[in-house]
Amino acid sequence: MSSLQSDHYPRAVNVDLQTDATLQVDISDALSERDKVKFTVHTKSTLPNFKQNEFSVVRQHEEFIWLHDSFVENEDYAGYIIPPAPPRPDFDASREKLQKLGEGEGSMTKEEFTKMKQELEAEYLAIFKKTVAMHEVFLCRVAAHPVLRKDLNFHVFLEYNQDLSVRGKNKKEKLEDFFKNVVKSADGVLVAGVKDVDDFFEHEKTFLLEYHNRVKDASAKSDRMIRSHKNAADDINRIASSLYSLGTQDSTDVCKYEHTHKIEARVAADEDLKLADLLKYYLRESQAAKDLLYRRSRSLVDYENANKALDKARAKNRDVLQAETSQQLCCHKFEKISESAKQELIDFKTRRVAAFRKNLVELAELELKHAKVKGLVTVRSR
Amino acid sequence: MADTARDPPPESTDFQELEDGEDLFPEPAATQESGPASLPAEDISTNSNGPKQDSLFDDDPEDLFAEATEEVSLDSPERDVLLSDGPSPAITPITPPTSVITPRIGLAHDDMFTHSSFDEIEEEEGGDSFDIHIAVSDPEKVGDGMNAYMAYKVTTKTSLSLFKTDEFSVKRRFSDFLGLHSKLASKYLHIGYIVPPAPEKSIVGMTKVKVGKEDQSSNEFVEKRRSALERYLMRTVKHPILLKDPDVLQFLESSELPRAVSTQALSSAGLLRMVNKAADAVNKMTIKMNESDAWFEEKQQHFENLDVQLRKLHASVESLVCHRKELSVNTAQFAKSAAMLGNSEDHTALSRALSQLAEVEEKIDQLHQDQANADFYLFSELLGDYVRLITAVKGVFDHRMKTWQKWQDSQLLLQKKREAEAKLQFTNKPDKLQQAKDEIKEEIEELEGKVQQGERDFEQISKTIRKEVSRFEKERVKDFKTIIIKYLESLVQTQQQLIKYWEAFLPEAKAIS
Repeated sequence: MSSLQSDHYPRAVNVDLQTDATLQVDISDALSERDKVKFTVHTKSTLPNFKQNEFSVVRQHEEFIWLHDSFVENEDYAGYIIPPAPPRPDFDASREKLQKLGEGEGSMTKEEFTKMKQELEAEYLAIFKKTVAMHEVFLCRVAAHPVLRKDLNFHVFLEYNQDLSVRGKNKKEKLEDFFKNVVKSADGVLVAGVKDVDDFFEHEKTFLLEYHNRVKDASAKSDRMIRSHKNAADDINRIASSLYSLGTQDSTDVCKYEHTHKIEARVAADEDLKLADLLKYYLRESQAAKDLLYRRSRSLVDYENANKALDKARAKNRDVLQAETSQQLCCHKFEKISESAKQELIDFKTRRVAAFRKNLVELAELELKHAKVKGLVTVRSR
Repeated sequence: MADTARDPPPESTDFQELEDGEDLFPEPAATQESGPASLPAEDISTNSNGPKQDSLFDDDPEDLFAEATEEVSLDSPERDVLLSDGPSPAITPITPPTSVITPRIGLAHDDMFTHSSFDEIEEEEGGDSFDIHIAVSDPEKVGDGMNAYMAYKVTTKTSLSLFKTDEFSVKRRFSDFLGLHSKLASKYLHIGYIVPPAPEKSIVGMTKVKVGKEDQSSNEFVEKRRSALERYLMRTVKHPILLKDPDVLQFLESSELPRAVSTQALSSAGLLRMVNKAADAVNKMTIKMNESDAWFEEKQQHFENLDVQLRKLHASVESLVCHRKELSVNTAQFAKSAAMLGNSEDHTALSRALSQLAEVEEKIDQLHQDQANADFYLFSELLGDYVRLITAVKGVFDHRMKTWQKWQDSQLLLQKKREAEAKLQFTNKPDKLQQAKDEIKEEIEELEGKVQQGERDFEQISKTIRKEVSRFEKERVKDFKTIIIKYLESLVQTQQQLIKYWEAFLPEAKAIS
């Protein structure tokens, strides 16, 4: 239905990634079909791993999810914050509205219809741009991560120009996932109870828990606020067209009034972009950070359990070697996770602060710009 | 105002006398006299009008009549008025000696204003600068329980000599307003004047106030009603004819007003009104009028369209008000949430910035609230008023149709009687013939009079409607322009505030390191 060039859409969330020449990934094009979106992933790299220096492949959402899951399931990456998976492209609401518009075509005037159609198409386009940006951010985060970028699956994802034939999870697998999550959250509660020796991690744990909850709340409230704003903007549009048909004023007045509407809609859209998306992204990131901490705590518990098992084995003088090796493994795993986790969490904070700063500044600037234009427009229309 | 002491019978018989006789007022000068003293003794009919009119007005007749070129007297109580089909109040136009008086004076109740008198009013309008301002304020709860009501203070400030003083105020309750409207409607609607409709009753709203709930919604309700009453009175007095109506003057000036009982929602009069309305609706469907005047057809179509558009616009504005209120609530909630987030953030600069954001959003929420109120009070209420006004306009057009119908009916009847007369010529019962012939002749004369009257009424109402419609349109355009300008001004203010807030926030955001 529609296609996009990369330089036209703004990045929803800037995660301040260092783009170095060794590996640069972006989504250069996207095509929206009936019920799926096809992303053209474009890679430029000087790494020897790849056959060429520059190449593109076409990927779908499910393949992104496959890649993400492969990271999560990889034990070696237990010590890293896995970049959160991009959300599924959701055009249902927009498509429904377009359909309703088509059905109601007979009941409104031609101008109204074309106007509403334009608006819905703009909305569709905005959602489209957003989902492309989300997918791109995911890939860029992976590419920027010193360890993850070397992952084999990632290279396959980037280079293999055939369909990865990754099917979406069927019902059975989804059910398995659901149970896995239940177990994990129960476990998480248990593990969280374990007091950490390390102050840094203890502090991070409490902080992240609280932060995650508040970000969730803020994200939900900002969504609601923006929705109200969009509703109000829609109303203003309808009023403008009614005024126009009333014709008590000359058409210039009404055109200006319509302008205020368009601006209101833009304000709502920009707020959406800068504020809501930021919060949503950090909701997911903070969840990923929490997951990291959980994994670390889990490995700590395992380490402590292995210690206990070793003591028991030594006391019974049975399977001591086995217990020793397992204990050493756990210890090694735990230390490895702790080390990388510390760095990851510090990076997380830096990224977070930078992203918030950028988005808040841009939000304020956009709001100012719109308010000034609106004021000008209304002054002129008097 | 509905003084039962003034019995309708004496008045109507007076007029009957005049109607039957071919002569009109013997002395045209008689009707021009302003004070009771100057009425000639021999003219009993006018005399009966004089003293009666005197006692109706508390103030000095001299003053009143000096200004007015016509006067109105109310003779029948409200109840009768509601029951009767046509109007019963009589109007005696007082015209200066120079203008022609003749045919319409002394004729039956239907004929109210004449061409010349209306013209005179317009002339006077030009000379007298329209200077009257009415304020409705200080709603006060009087009484307790289900018998409680809100009393409003109606203050009039004016320089018109129509009134005794420059500034005065009275206490009125809602049913008084409704009473005024129904009196005016019964007097003027059927002859083509667009009487502004009164604010609507609201049983739910009033019950809440009576019960004594002192909360946001009942305060809003009272404020809504107060503002609607003010607009209603201003619109009524802006109408040059209605301004001079004694009911209006009494309403504005006299400290005591008899209770208008038939305005109660569940009274017998209320039920009767509903029945009448239903009957009217049926009638409208059955009357097929040959519209000879394209102007009327065009105007009727125009008002139909306007009605539809205004209703749509009104619905959109109400929806906007609702959404803005929602937006303000949601913004407040988001502000709180952002403050919490700022609290838990451990990077100090970011934390401060988030708290600032929360504050900004809180202020914005207040702005949205104010904007919603502006939307509502300026825009939405005005549209509601106009939707109701258009209904009144359509009613006036319907009355014209009814007048036409009446005229046609009398014509038909006349036709029949003439045929009967002709038939009589050919019967061979000579003894009864003469008597029957005389009877028929009388009836025919009567009917001829009625037909002429009907035609005149129809022309009169058509003329009145033309003037009223053009006045209405002028007012409407003026009203809308004023409101739109006010609304846009409020928008500009909001934007300026927004700019201030975001400009304050920007450096904080930039300070995050």
